Amino acid sequence: MHLTDHERGMRDGDHGPAKAKAMDLLIRYGEALGAERLVETNNVAGAFNASTPSVRELVKRGFDTVFSELNLDSQETVPIPKMAASTCQLITGIDNDNWAIQGIPEELVVQQKAAEAHFGALGINMFATCTPYQVGNVPVKGEHCAWMESSAVVYCNSVLGARTNTEGKESTGAAALTGRIPYWGYHIPENRRGTHLVEVDVEVDDIMDWGLLGYWLGEIVQEDVPVLTGRLKQPSLIKLKHFGAAAASSGGVEMYHVPGVTPEARDVDEAFGGRTITERLRYGPAERRLAYDNLNCAQERDVDFVMLGCPHNAIEQVATIALAVEGKKLHPNTQMWVHTPRALREVAARNGYVKMIEDAGGVVMSDTCPAISRYAPKGTRVIATDSAKQAHYLPAILGLPVWFGTVQDCVATALTGTWQGALR
Amino acid sequence: MSELSDRTIILHGRKVVPGVAEGEALVTRDTISGWGGINEREGTVIERRHELRGVSFKDKVLVFPGAKGSSGYSAYFHMTRLNGVNPKAMIFVKMTTKAALGAVVTHTPTVTELDQDPLSVIETGDWVRVDADRGIVEVTKHRSRAPVA
Repeated sequence: MHLTDHERGMRDGDHGPAKAKAMDLLIRYGEALGAERLVETNNVAGAFNASTPSVRELVKRGFDTVFSELNLDSQETVPIPKMAASTCQLITGIDNDNWAIQGIPEELVVQQKAAEAHFGALGINMFATCTPYQVGNVPVKGEHCAWMESSAVVYCNSVLGARTNTEGKESTGAAALTGRIPYWGYHIPENRRGTHLVEVDVEVDDIMDWGLLGYWLGEIVQEDVPVLTGRLKQPSLIKLKHFGAAAASSGGVEMYHVPGVTPEARDVDEAFGGRTITERLRYGPAERRLAYDNLNCAQERDVDFVMLGCPHNAIEQVATIALAVEGKKLHPNTQMWVHTPRALREVAARNGYVKMIEDAGGVVMSDTCPAISRYAPKGTRVIATDSAKQAHYLPAILGLPVWFGTVQDCVATALTGTWQGALR
Repeated sequence: MSELSDRTIILHGRKVVPGVAEGEALVTRDTISGWGGINEREGTVIERRHELRGVSFKDKVLVFPGAKGSSGYSAYFHMTRLNGVNPKAMIFVKMTTKAALGAVVTHTPTVTELDQDPLSVIETGDWVRVDADRGIVEVTKHRSRAPVA
Protein backbone atom coordinates (compact mmCIF):
# COMPACT_ATOMS: atom_id res chain seq x y z
CA MET A 1 0.00 0.00 0.00
CA HIS A 2 1.31 3.46 -0.87
CA LEU A 3 2.05 5.66 2.18
CA THR A 4 2.92 9.35 2.29
CA ASP A 5 6.03 10.52 4.14
CA HIS A 6 3.90 11.57 7.11
CA GLU A 7 2.14 8.19 7.18
CA ARG A 8 5.49 6.36 7.06
CA GLY A 9 6.70 8.54 9.92
CA MET A 10 3.67 7.62 12.00
CA ARG A 11 4.16 3.92 11.17
CA ASP A 12 7.83 4.08 12.20
CA GLY A 13 7.07 5.61 15.58
CA ASP A 14 8.19 9.21 14.90
CA HIS A 15 4.90 10.42 16.41
CA GLY A 16 4.75 8.05 19.37
CA PRO A 17 3.84 4.40 19.96
CA ALA A 18 0.03 4.81 19.81
CA LYS A 19 0.10 6.31 16.30
CA ALA A 20 2.56 3.57 15.26
CA LYS A 21 0.11 0.89 16.44
CA ALA A 22 -2.73 2.74 14.72
CA MET A 23 -0.81 2.83 11.42
CA ASP A 24 0.12 -0.84 11.79
CA LEU A 25 -3.58 -1.72 12.04
CA LEU A 26 -4.57 0.56 9.14
CA ILE A 27 -1.89 -1.06 6.95
CA ARG A 28 -2.98 -4.61 7.86
CA TYR A 29 -6.61 -3.65 7.29
CA GLY A 30 -5.95 -1.71 4.09
CA GLU A 31 -3.93 -4.58 2.62
CA ALA A 32 -6.65 -7.07 3.59
CA LEU A 33 -9.10 -4.93 1.61
CA GLY A 34 -6.72 -4.48 -1.31
CA ALA A 35 -6.69 -0.69 -0.83
CA GLU A 36 -3.97 1.21 -2.69
CA ARG A 37 -3.66 4.04 -0.19
CA LEU A 38 -5.18 5.83 2.79
CA VAL A 39 -7.32 8.98 2.69
CA GLU A 40 -7.40 11.86 5.18
CA THR A 41 -10.43 12.09 7.44
CA ASN A 42 -11.38 14.60 10.09
CA ASN A 43 -14.72 13.06 11.02
CA VAL A 44 -14.66 9.87 13.09
CA ALA A 45 -17.63 8.26 14.87
CA GLY A 46 -16.70 5.22 16.91
CA ALA A 47 -17.24 3.15 20.03
CA PHE A 48 -14.80 3.79 22.82
CA ASN A 49 -16.81 2.30 25.65
CA ALA A 50 -16.13 -1.04 27.29
CA SER A 51 -19.31 -2.13 29.01
CA THR A 52 -19.73 -5.72 27.75
CA PRO A 53 -19.06 -8.52 30.26
CA SER A 54 -16.47 -10.04 27.89
CA VAL A 55 -14.02 -7.20 28.40
CA ARG A 56 -14.36 -6.72 32.16
CA GLU A 57 -10.89 -8.18 32.78
CA LEU A 58 -9.29 -5.79 30.30
CA VAL A 59 -10.87 -2.81 32.00
CA LYS A 60 -9.12 -3.69 35.26
CA ARG A 61 -5.81 -3.07 33.49
CA GLY A 62 -6.69 0.55 32.72
CA PHE A 63 -8.08 2.65 29.90
CA ASP A 64 -4.85 2.66 27.87
CA THR A 65 -5.09 -1.14 27.74
CA VAL A 66 -8.77 -0.95 26.77
CA PHE A 67 -8.04 1.43 23.88
CA SER A 68 -4.88 -0.43 22.83
CA GLU A 69 -6.59 -3.82 22.58
CA LEU A 70 -10.15 -2.93 21.59
CA ASN A 71 -9.58 0.21 19.48
CA LEU A 72 -6.13 -0.48 17.98
CA ASP A 73 -5.92 -4.32 18.02
CA SER A 74 -2.64 -3.99 19.95
CA GLN A 75 -1.88 -6.59 22.60
CA GLU A 76 0.84 -4.29 23.88
CA THR A 77 -0.51 -1.42 25.99
CA VAL A 78 0.56 1.97 24.64
CA PRO A 79 -0.18 5.38 26.20
CA ILE A 80 -3.09 6.95 24.29
CA PRO A 81 -2.65 10.65 23.36
CA LYS A 82 -5.33 13.18 22.40
CA MET A 83 -7.33 12.40 19.26
CA ALA A 84 -5.90 13.84 16.04
CA ALA A 85 -9.24 13.86 14.17
CA SER A 86 -12.61 15.23 15.23
CA THR A 87 -14.12 12.20 16.96
CA CYS A 88 -17.41 11.32 18.63
CA GLN A 89 -18.74 8.46 20.73
CA LEU A 90 -21.73 6.54 19.35
CA ILE A 91 -24.33 4.70 21.42
CA THR A 92 -23.28 3.01 24.68
CA GLY A 93 -24.68 0.26 26.88
CA ILE A 94 -25.71 2.44 29.82
CA ASP A 95 -28.07 5.37 30.36
CA ASN A 96 -26.07 7.52 32.77
CA ASP A 97 -29.22 8.54 34.67
CA ASN A 98 -31.68 5.65 34.17
CA TRP A 99 -29.22 2.78 34.68
CA ALA A 100 -31.04 1.46 37.74
CA ILE A 101 -34.28 1.16 35.72
CA GLN A 102 -32.28 -0.70 33.05
CA GLY A 103 -31.03 -3.08 35.74
CA ILE A 104 -27.32 -2.33 35.18
CA PRO A 105 -24.98 -3.19 38.11
CA GLU A 106 -23.59 -0.02 39.70
CA GLU A 107 -19.95 -1.11 39.24
CA LEU A 108 -20.42 -1.00 35.44
CA VAL A 109 -21.92 2.49 35.70
CA VAL A 110 -18.96 3.74 37.73
CA GLN A 111 -16.65 2.17 35.15
CA GLN A 112 -18.49 3.74 32.22
CA LYS A 113 -18.49 7.21 33.80
CA ALA A 114 -14.76 6.94 34.54
CA ALA A 115 -14.12 5.85 30.94
CA GLU A 116 -16.15 8.80 29.63
CA ALA A 117 -14.21 11.24 31.78
CA HIS A 118 -10.90 9.76 30.58
CA PHE A 119 -11.71 9.57 26.86
CA GLY A 120 -13.72 12.78 26.92
CA ALA A 121 -10.62 14.66 28.03
CA LEU A 122 -8.72 13.08 25.11
CA GLY A 123 -11.17 14.77 22.74
CA ILE A 124 -13.83 12.12 22.12
CA ASN A 125 -17.12 14.03 22.06
CA MET A 126 -19.74 12.18 24.10
CA PHE A 127 -22.79 12.32 21.85
CA ALA A 128 -23.65 8.78 23.04
CA THR A 129 -26.16 8.17 20.26
CA CYS A 130 -26.48 6.00 17.15
CA THR A 131 -27.62 9.17 15.30
CA PRO A 132 -24.76 11.71 15.52
CA TYR A 133 -26.32 13.46 12.50
CA GLN A 134 -29.25 14.50 14.75
CA VAL A 135 -27.11 16.25 17.34
CA GLY A 136 -24.46 18.24 15.52
CA ASN A 137 -22.26 15.93 13.45
CA VAL A 138 -23.69 16.55 9.99
CA PRO A 139 -20.93 15.93 7.43
CA VAL A 140 -21.16 17.75 4.11
CA LYS A 141 -21.36 16.19 0.63
CA GLY A 142 -18.06 14.61 -0.36
CA GLU A 143 -16.55 14.70 3.15
CA HIS A 144 -14.46 11.62 3.93
CA CYS A 145 -15.58 10.09 7.22
CA ALA A 146 -14.76 7.02 9.29
CA TRP A 147 -18.02 6.02 10.91
CA MET A 148 -19.28 2.98 12.71
CA GLU A 149 -22.98 2.22 13.30
CA SER A 150 -24.55 0.71 10.20
CA SER A 151 -27.69 2.88 10.41
CA ALA A 152 -25.56 6.05 10.60
CA VAL A 153 -23.23 4.91 7.80
CA VAL A 154 -26.08 4.36 5.34
CA TYR A 155 -27.54 7.76 6.29
CA CYS A 156 -24.15 9.48 5.94
CA ASN A 157 -23.54 8.08 2.44
CA SER A 158 -27.04 8.14 1.02
CA VAL A 159 -28.83 11.12 2.54
CA LEU A 160 -25.88 13.44 3.23
CA GLY A 161 -23.61 12.43 0.33
CA ALA A 162 -20.58 12.20 2.62
CA ARG A 163 -18.30 9.20 2.21
CA THR A 164 -17.71 6.38 4.63
CA ASN A 165 -17.50 2.62 4.76
CA THR A 166 -18.92 0.72 7.70
CA GLU A 167 -15.92 0.98 9.96
CA GLY A 168 -15.34 -0.97 13.16
CA LYS A 169 -14.21 -0.29 16.69
CA GLU A 170 -10.56 -0.88 15.79
CA SER A 171 -10.43 1.09 12.52
CA THR A 172 -12.19 4.11 14.04
CA GLY A 173 -9.73 4.07 16.95
CA ALA A 174 -6.84 4.09 14.49
CA ALA A 175 -8.50 6.80 12.37
CA ALA A 176 -9.08 9.01 15.42
CA LEU A 177 -5.36 8.95 16.27
CA THR A 178 -3.98 9.32 12.72
CA GLY A 179 -6.68 11.12 10.71
CA ARG A 180 -6.45 8.32 8.11
CA ILE A 181 -8.67 5.48 6.83
CA PRO A 182 -8.25 3.12 3.84
CA TYR A 183 -9.29 4.68 0.51
CA TRP A 184 -11.60 1.88 -0.58
CA GLY A 185 -15.28 1.12 -1.14
CA TYR A 186 -17.58 4.12 -0.74
CA HIS A 187 -14.72 6.62 -0.63
CA ILE A 188 -14.30 5.97 -4.37
CA PRO A 189 -16.96 7.69 -6.54
CA GLU A 190 -17.45 4.76 -8.99
CA ASN A 191 -18.49 2.45 -6.15
CA ARG A 192 -21.31 4.77 -5.13
CA ARG A 193 -23.39 4.17 -8.25
CA GLY A 194 -26.58 2.13 -8.26
CA THR A 195 -26.62 -1.63 -8.86
CA HIS A 196 -30.35 -2.49 -8.66
CA LEU A 197 -33.43 -0.60 -9.83
CA VAL A 198 -36.31 -1.10 -7.40
CA GLU A 199 -39.86 -0.46 -8.66
CA VAL A 200 -42.04 0.30 -5.65
CA ASP A 201 -45.58 -0.78 -6.61
CA VAL A 202 -47.32 -0.12 -3.32
CA GLU A 203 -47.54 3.31 -1.71
CA VAL A 204 -44.74 3.90 0.79
CA ASP A 205 -45.39 6.89 3.02
CA ASP A 206 -45.59 6.22 6.75
CA ILE A 207 -42.61 5.33 8.91
CA MET A 208 -43.56 1.67 9.24
CA ASP A 209 -43.78 1.29 5.48
CA TRP A 210 -40.31 2.76 4.99
CA GLY A 211 -39.08 0.18 7.53
CA LEU A 212 -40.81 -2.71 5.75
CA LEU A 213 -39.38 -1.64 2.39
CA GLY A 214 -35.88 -1.41 3.86
CA TYR A 215 -36.15 -4.76 5.63
CA TRP A 216 -37.32 -6.57 2.49
CA LEU A 217 -34.75 -4.85 0.29
CA GLY A 218 -31.69 -5.38 2.50
CA GLU A 219 -32.16 -9.13 2.59
CA ILE A 220 -32.21 -9.25 -1.22
CA VAL A 221 -29.50 -6.80 -2.26
CA GLN A 222 -27.25 -7.50 0.76
CA GLU A 223 -24.39 -4.95 0.36
CA ASP A 224 -25.32 -3.64 -3.08
CA VAL A 225 -26.62 -0.14 -3.97
CA PRO A 226 -30.38 -0.03 -4.66
CA VAL A 227 -32.08 2.83 -6.53
CA LEU A 228 -35.69 3.39 -5.46
CA THR A 229 -38.40 4.52 -7.85
CA GLY A 230 -42.18 4.29 -7.99
CA ARG A 231 -44.87 5.06 -5.45
CA LEU A 232 -42.73 6.78 -2.85
CA LYS A 233 -44.00 9.86 -1.06
CA GLN A 234 -41.50 12.57 -0.13
CA PRO A 235 -39.50 11.11 2.79
CA SER A 236 -38.08 12.93 5.83
CA LEU A 237 -35.05 12.46 8.09
CA ILE A 238 -37.17 10.21 10.32
CA LYS A 239 -38.37 7.96 7.49
CA LEU A 240 -34.95 7.58 5.86
CA LYS A 241 -33.39 6.96 9.28
CA HIS A 242 -35.75 4.01 9.74
CA PHE A 243 -35.44 2.77 6.13
CA GLY A 244 -31.64 2.70 6.19
CA ALA A 245 -31.46 1.04 9.61
CA ALA A 246 -33.79 -1.74 8.41
CA ALA A 247 -31.86 -2.31 5.16
CA ALA A 248 -28.58 -2.42 7.08
CA SER A 249 -29.98 -5.06 9.47
CA SER A 250 -31.49 -7.63 7.11
CA GLY A 251 -28.58 -6.99 4.75
CA GLY A 252 -25.52 -4.78 4.62
CA VAL A 253 -26.79 -1.80 2.63
CA GLU A 254 -24.40 1.16 3.06
CA MET A 255 -25.62 3.30 0.17
CA TYR A 256 -28.84 3.82 -1.78
CA HIS A 257 -30.33 6.45 -4.04
CA VAL A 258 -33.81 7.95 -4.22
CA PRO A 259 -33.69 9.94 -7.49
CA GLY A 260 -34.87 13.50 -6.96
CA VAL A 261 -34.36 13.23 -3.19
CA THR A 262 -30.83 12.05 -2.31
CA PRO A 263 -27.90 14.27 -3.33
CA GLU A 264 -26.05 12.05 -5.80
CA ALA A 265 -29.08 11.20 -7.94
CA ARG A 266 -30.99 14.01 -9.59
CA ASP A 267 -32.55 11.27 -11.73
CA VAL A 268 -32.25 7.50 -12.37
CA ASP A 269 -29.49 8.00 -14.95
CA GLU A 270 -27.30 9.87 -12.51
CA ALA A 271 -27.96 7.24 -9.81
CA PHE A 272 -26.54 4.55 -12.10
CA GLY A 273 -23.76 6.83 -13.37
CA GLY A 274 -24.37 5.83 -16.97
CA ARG A 275 -24.26 2.10 -16.25
CA THR A 276 -26.76 -0.20 -17.95
CA ILE A 277 -29.42 -1.36 -15.53
CA THR A 278 -29.23 -5.14 -15.30
CA GLU A 279 -30.84 -5.93 -11.96
CA ARG A 280 -34.51 -5.03 -11.48
CA LEU A 281 -36.64 -5.71 -8.42
CA ARG A 282 -40.33 -5.12 -7.73
CA TYR A 283 -41.81 -4.35 -4.31
CA GLY A 284 -45.55 -4.96 -4.14
CA PRO A 285 -48.15 -6.10 -1.60
CA ALA A 286 -46.73 -9.65 -1.37
CA GLU A 287 -43.22 -8.36 -0.63
CA ARG A 288 -44.64 -5.96 1.96
CA ARG A 289 -46.50 -8.83 3.63
CA LEU A 290 -43.35 -10.99 3.63
CA ALA A 291 -41.31 -8.29 5.37
CA TYR A 292 -44.05 -7.80 7.95
CA ASP A 293 -44.31 -11.53 8.67
CA ASN A 294 -40.54 -11.90 8.92
CA LEU A 295 -40.38 -9.08 11.48
CA ASN A 296 -43.21 -10.42 13.66
CA CYS A 297 -42.12 -13.56 15.52
CA ALA A 298 -44.32 -13.23 18.65
CA GLN A 299 -47.47 -15.35 19.22
CA GLU A 300 -48.52 -14.31 22.72
CA ARG A 301 -50.55 -11.08 22.55
CA ASP A 302 -49.90 -9.93 26.12
CA VAL A 303 -46.98 -7.50 25.86
CA ASP A 304 -44.88 -6.50 28.87
CA PHE A 305 -42.37 -4.19 27.21
CA VAL A 306 -42.77 -1.54 24.50
CA MET A 307 -39.47 -0.28 23.03
CA LEU A 308 -39.60 2.91 20.96
CA GLY A 309 -36.83 4.88 19.28
CA CYS A 310 -34.34 2.88 17.21
CA PRO A 311 -32.46 4.56 15.64
CA HIS A 312 -32.75 7.13 18.42
CA ASN A 313 -35.93 9.19 18.09
CA ALA A 314 -36.07 12.67 16.61
CA ILE A 315 -37.76 15.29 18.78
CA GLU A 316 -40.93 15.05 16.62
CA GLN A 317 -41.14 11.32 17.40
CA VAL A 318 -40.80 11.96 21.14
CA ALA A 319 -43.55 14.60 20.82
CA THR A 320 -45.86 12.15 19.01
CA ILE A 321 -45.50 9.63 21.83
CA ALA A 322 -45.84 12.24 24.59
CA LEU A 323 -49.04 13.67 23.12
CA ALA A 324 -50.48 10.17 22.59
CA VAL A 325 -50.07 9.28 26.29
CA GLU A 326 -50.73 12.73 27.78
CA GLY A 327 -53.13 12.41 30.68
CA LYS A 328 -53.35 8.60 30.34
CA LYS A 329 -51.79 5.69 32.22
CA LEU A 330 -49.89 2.76 30.76
CA HIS A 331 -51.27 -0.72 31.49
CA PRO A 332 -49.89 -1.83 34.89
CA ASN A 333 -48.23 -4.93 33.36
CA THR A 334 -46.54 -3.05 30.52
CA GLN A 335 -43.46 -0.84 30.55
CA MET A 336 -42.57 1.64 27.82
CA TRP A 337 -39.09 3.03 27.16
CA VAL A 338 -38.65 5.88 24.66
CA HIS A 339 -35.10 6.37 23.35
CA THR A 340 -33.68 9.68 22.10
CA PRO A 341 -30.20 11.30 22.05
CA ARG A 342 -29.31 13.05 25.33
CA ALA A 343 -29.11 16.44 23.62
CA LEU A 344 -32.69 15.99 22.33
CA ARG A 345 -33.84 14.70 25.71
CA GLU A 346 -32.92 18.14 27.06
CA VAL A 347 -35.27 19.68 24.50
CA ALA A 348 -37.95 17.10 25.29
CA ALA A 349 -37.71 17.93 28.99
CA ARG A 350 -37.95 21.65 28.26
CA ASN A 351 -41.05 21.06 26.15
CA GLY A 352 -42.73 18.99 28.85
CA TYR A 353 -42.67 15.79 26.75
CA VAL A 354 -40.52 13.91 29.26
CA LYS A 355 -42.98 14.71 32.05
CA MET A 356 -45.98 13.63 29.95
CA ILE A 357 -44.33 10.27 29.25
CA GLU A 358 -43.18 9.83 32.85
CA ASP A 359 -46.59 10.80 34.26
CA ALA A 360 -48.13 8.06 32.11
CA GLY A 361 -45.62 5.56 33.53
CA GLY A 362 -43.06 5.51 30.73
CA VAL A 363 -39.31 6.22 30.74
CA VAL A 364 -37.31 8.47 28.40
CA MET A 365 -33.93 6.80 27.90
CA SER A 366 -30.75 8.21 26.36
CA ASP A 367 -27.23 6.97 25.61
CA THR A 368 -28.35 3.37 24.96
CA CYS A 369 -30.98 0.89 23.73
CA PRO A 370 -31.95 -2.68 24.74
CA ALA A 371 -30.10 -4.28 21.81
CA ILE A 372 -26.81 -2.57 22.74
CA SER A 373 -27.18 -2.87 26.52
CA ARG A 374 -28.77 -6.36 26.40
CA TYR A 375 -31.11 -5.17 29.16
CA ALA A 376 -34.91 -5.07 29.02
CA PRO A 377 -37.20 -4.62 32.05
CA LYS A 378 -36.81 -7.57 34.41
CA GLY A 379 -39.25 -10.37 33.68
CA THR A 380 -39.99 -9.27 30.10
CA ARG A 381 -41.51 -12.11 28.06
CA VAL A 382 -42.90 -10.32 24.98
CA ILE A 383 -41.68 -7.10 23.35
CA ALA A 384 -43.38 -4.67 20.96
CA THR A 385 -41.42 -2.08 18.95
CA ASP A 386 -41.81 0.40 16.11
CA SER A 387 -38.27 -0.35 14.93
CA ALA A 388 -37.53 -2.92 12.23
CA LYS A 389 -33.92 -2.99 13.43
CA GLN A 390 -34.84 -3.86 17.03
CA ALA A 391 -37.43 -6.39 15.80
CA HIS A 392 -34.62 -8.03 13.82
CA TYR A 393 -32.00 -8.09 16.58
CA LEU A 394 -33.85 -8.46 19.90
CA PRO A 395 -34.97 -12.09 19.35
CA ALA A 396 -31.30 -13.03 18.87
CA ILE A 397 -29.83 -10.77 21.55
CA LEU A 398 -32.40 -11.19 24.34
CA GLY A 399 -33.96 -14.45 23.16
CA LEU A 400 -37.45 -12.91 23.33
CA PRO A 401 -40.31 -12.76 20.80
CA VAL A 402 -41.11 -9.37 19.24
CA TRP A 403 -44.12 -7.65 17.67
CA PHE A 404 -43.39 -4.94 15.08
CA GLY A 405 -45.77 -2.16 14.09
CA THR A 406 -46.38 1.58 13.90
CA VAL A 407 -45.65 3.89 16.81
CA GLN A 408 -49.44 4.26 17.20
CA ASP A 409 -49.83 0.45 17.42
CA CYS A 410 -47.09 0.34 20.02
CA VAL A 411 -48.46 3.17 22.17
CA ALA A 412 -51.93 1.57 22.05
CA THR A 413 -50.30 -1.68 23.16
CA ALA A 414 -48.58 0.08 26.06
CA LEU A 415 -51.92 1.54 27.17
CA THR A 416 -53.88 -1.74 26.92
CA GLY A 417 -51.23 -4.36 27.65
CA THR A 418 -52.09 -6.37 24.55
CA TRP A 419 -50.74 -6.20 21.00
CA GLN A 420 -52.83 -3.81 18.90
CA GLY A 421 -50.92 -3.96 15.60
CA ALA A 422 -51.82 -5.40 12.22
CA LEU A 423 -50.78 -4.99 8.60
CA ARG A 424 -53.33 -2.53 7.30
CA MET B 1 -1.17 -40.57 -4.42
CA SER B 2 -4.16 -41.59 -6.50
CA GLU B 3 -6.36 -42.11 -3.45
CA LEU B 4 -5.31 -38.78 -1.94
CA SER B 5 -5.68 -36.79 -5.13
CA ASP B 6 -9.14 -38.25 -5.63
CA ARG B 7 -10.27 -36.73 -2.35
CA THR B 8 -8.20 -33.54 -2.37
CA ILE B 9 -9.05 -30.26 -4.11
CA ILE B 10 -6.75 -27.26 -4.32
CA LEU B 11 -8.12 -23.72 -4.53
CA HIS B 12 -6.10 -20.58 -5.18
CA GLY B 13 -6.98 -17.16 -3.80
CA ARG B 14 -5.74 -14.00 -2.15
CA LYS B 15 -4.40 -13.54 1.37
CA VAL B 16 -6.51 -11.41 3.72
CA VAL B 17 -4.74 -12.30 6.97
CA PRO B 18 -1.39 -14.17 6.91
CA GLY B 19 -0.69 -17.54 8.50
CA VAL B 20 -1.37 -21.24 8.07
CA ALA B 21 -4.05 -23.28 9.86
CA GLU B 22 -6.11 -26.39 9.30
CA GLY B 23 -9.28 -27.86 10.68
CA GLU B 24 -12.76 -29.12 10.00
CA ALA B 25 -14.88 -26.95 7.72
CA LEU B 26 -18.10 -25.29 8.85
CA VAL B 27 -19.90 -24.02 5.76
CA THR B 28 -22.88 -21.67 5.50
CA ARG B 29 -24.58 -19.97 2.58
CA ASP B 30 -25.95 -17.26 4.89
CA THR B 31 -24.00 -14.08 5.54
CA ILE B 32 -23.03 -13.55 9.19
CA SER B 33 -23.71 -10.67 11.59
CA GLY B 34 -21.11 -10.15 14.31
CA TRP B 35 -22.90 -7.96 16.86
CA GLY B 36 -26.39 -9.39 17.30
CA GLY B 37 -25.54 -12.41 15.18
CA ILE B 38 -22.99 -14.35 17.24
CA ASN B 39 -22.43 -15.10 20.92
CA GLU B 40 -18.84 -14.01 21.55
CA ARG B 41 -18.42 -16.12 24.69
CA GLU B 42 -19.41 -19.40 23.03
CA GLY B 43 -18.56 -18.73 19.39
CA THR B 44 -22.09 -19.65 18.32
CA VAL B 45 -24.35 -18.15 15.68
CA ILE B 46 -27.51 -16.79 17.34
CA GLU B 47 -29.44 -15.04 14.54
CA ARG B 48 -33.07 -16.22 14.51
CA ARG B 49 -33.40 -17.25 10.84
CA HIS B 50 -29.75 -18.32 10.26
CA GLU B 51 -28.97 -21.86 9.08
CA LEU B 52 -26.14 -22.13 11.64
CA ARG B 53 -28.25 -20.95 14.58
CA GLY B 54 -26.92 -22.61 17.73
CA VAL B 55 -23.79 -23.99 15.97
CA SER B 56 -20.30 -23.04 17.23
CA PHE B 57 -17.45 -22.07 14.90
CA LYS B 58 -14.80 -22.44 17.62
CA ASP B 59 -11.70 -24.16 16.16
CA LYS B 60 -13.47 -24.63 12.80
CA VAL B 61 -12.48 -23.33 9.38
CA LEU B 62 -15.43 -21.00 8.80
CA VAL B 63 -16.51 -20.87 5.13
CA PHE B 64 -19.16 -18.20 4.47
CA PRO B 65 -20.36 -15.71 1.84
CA GLY B 66 -19.42 -12.62 3.88
CA ALA B 67 -20.45 -10.23 6.61
CA LYS B 68 -23.64 -8.28 7.10
CA GLY B 69 -25.39 -6.09 9.61
CA SER B 70 -23.92 -4.03 12.40
CA SER B 71 -20.53 -2.33 12.46
CA GLY B 72 -19.94 -4.24 15.70
CA TYR B 73 -18.93 -7.18 13.47
CA SER B 74 -15.18 -6.77 14.02
CA ALA B 75 -15.49 -6.08 17.76
CA TYR B 76 -17.47 -9.29 18.27
CA PHE B 77 -15.06 -11.48 16.29
CA HIS B 78 -12.25 -9.67 18.17
CA MET B 79 -13.88 -10.75 21.46
CA THR B 80 -14.18 -14.37 20.26
CA ARG B 81 -10.36 -14.29 20.07
CA LEU B 82 -10.04 -12.77 23.56
CA ASN B 83 -12.44 -15.48 24.81
CA GLY B 84 -10.65 -18.30 22.95
CA VAL B 85 -13.66 -19.32 20.83
CA ASN B 86 -12.59 -17.90 17.46
CA PRO B 87 -12.52 -19.88 14.21
CA LYS B 88 -9.14 -21.42 13.27
CA ALA B 89 -9.26 -19.92 9.80
CA MET B 90 -11.74 -18.11 7.57
CA ILE B 91 -12.66 -18.31 3.91
CA PHE B 92 -15.17 -15.82 2.55
CA VAL B 93 -16.44 -14.73 -0.85
CA LYS B 94 -17.55 -11.10 -0.74
CA MET B 95 -15.00 -8.54 0.42
CA THR B 96 -16.41 -5.79 2.64
CA THR B 97 -14.85 -3.61 5.32
CA LYS B 98 -16.64 -5.65 7.99
CA ALA B 99 -15.37 -9.00 6.70
CA ALA B 100 -11.81 -7.66 6.25
CA LEU B 101 -11.49 -5.90 9.60
CA GLY B 102 -13.19 -8.80 11.41
CA ALA B 103 -10.64 -11.24 10.01
CA VAL B 104 -7.70 -8.90 10.73
CA VAL B 105 -8.54 -8.47 14.42
CA THR B 106 -9.37 -12.17 14.90
CA HIS B 107 -5.74 -12.92 13.89
CA THR B 108 -6.83 -16.05 11.99
CA PRO B 109 -5.41 -17.02 8.57
CA THR B 110 -7.97 -15.84 6.01
CA VAL B 111 -8.31 -15.99 2.22
CA THR B 112 -10.80 -14.68 -0.35
CA GLU B 113 -11.17 -14.33 -4.16
CA LEU B 114 -10.75 -18.09 -4.73
CA ASP B 115 -10.65 -19.50 -8.27
CA GLN B 116 -13.64 -21.77 -7.51
CA ASP B 117 -16.70 -21.05 -5.38
CA PRO B 118 -15.71 -22.29 -1.91
CA LEU B 119 -19.38 -22.60 -0.92
CA SER B 120 -19.86 -25.21 -3.66
CA VAL B 121 -16.54 -27.03 -3.32
CA ILE B 122 -16.29 -27.22 0.46
CA GLU B 123 -18.84 -29.00 2.66
CA THR B 124 -19.21 -29.01 6.41
CA GLY B 125 -17.01 -31.79 7.78
CA ASP B 126 -14.32 -31.58 5.08
CA TRP B 127 -10.75 -31.16 6.33
CA VAL B 128 -9.39 -27.81 5.13
CA ARG B 129 -5.85 -26.44 5.25
CA VAL B 130 -5.60 -22.67 4.70
CA ASP B 131 -2.15 -21.43 3.70
CA ALA B 132 -2.99 -17.75 3.53
CA ASP B 133 0.62 -16.70 2.92
CA ARG B 134 0.61 -18.57 -0.41
CA GLY B 135 -3.11 -18.11 -1.04
CA ILE B 136 -3.70 -21.87 -1.18
CA VAL B 137 -6.66 -23.80 0.26
CA GLU B 138 -6.37 -27.60 0.36
CA VAL B 139 -9.69 -29.40 0.80
CA THR B 140 -9.80 -33.07 1.75
CA LYS B 141 -13.33 -34.33 1.22
CA HIS B 142 -14.99 -35.96 4.17
CA ARG B 143 -17.08 -38.07 1.80
CA SER B 144 -15.48 -39.56 -1.29
CA ARG B 145 -16.53 -38.07 -4.55
CA ALA B 146 -17.95 -40.27 -7.28
CA PRO B 147 -15.80 -43.44 -7.51
CA VAL B 148 -13.25 -43.47 -10.33
CA ALA B 149 -13.60 -46.45 -12.65
